[in-house]
Amino acid sequence: MASSETVRTLSLDGREIGLDAEGYLVDLEDWSPALAERLAAEEGRELTPEHWEVIEVLRDFYQRFSLSPAMRPLTKAMTQRFGADKGRSLHLMRLFPDSPPKVGARIAGLPKPTNCL
Amino acid sequence: MGIVSPGESLAPGELLVILRHAPHGSSWLREGLEAAMVAAAFGREVGLLFTGEGVLALLEGQQAGALGQKGSDNLLAALEMYDVERCYVDAAALERRGLSENDVSLLPVTVLAHADVVALTQCFSRVLSF
Repeated sequence: MASSETVRTLSLDGREIGLDAEGYLVDLEDWSPALAERLAAEEGRELTPEHWEVIEVLRDFYQRFSLSPAMRPLTKAMTQRFGADKGRSLHLMRLFPDSPPKVGARIAGLPKPTNCL
Repeated sequence: MGIVSPGESLAPGELLVILRHAPHGSSWLREGLEAAMVAAAFGREVGLLFTGEGVLALLEGQQAGALGQKGSDNLLAALEMYDVERCYVDAAALERRGLSENDVSLLPVTVLAHADVVALTQCFSRVLSF
């Protein structure tokens, strides 16, 4: 679920964007590709076209199901959209180390996945 | 769809989640579905049984609830992505509400005669009731 408490803000194009304690957007409407770049840069990542494929799939998943996917459904959605190679956990782990569903959801402007421990 | 004979669909499974509540008015249905998804996300083989008022979750035309509650229909749609494919509905619970298997179109479900519902719970090594 989206958290409602702003713990810190990020200024982008003269606007203050609210982030919660774990760095997820307080208002999901604030998301933009430029913001994704910015959130990724904060973590020392640079978004490549392969990252954007995952972001696209994550945002589409959320639109369809009102839910941020856990790893398993994310791999399934990636496979359906971009083929088996792109759906491999290894591929996702390389792009978003630590936890692809959590890190990916953060950068894609989705709530933290609830069913992903 | 259709009432099946036991054995045909009553293969052993790991976790059966029983959903007995309608979409709104409480969070039972949503909690149950989320529990099923957590188990499925960890690779457990999960079955769902809709009984009691839970059968109402399967009717078309679901909407968001009051107070901004999300609808449960998109959660049902996500089940497939979590590989939750064994979904059952209690025929007696449908009948008691004047519904038939033609009304439960939101999800591919197997309609079970009441006696088979009992058999179903015995097929799973764990059962969670919501």
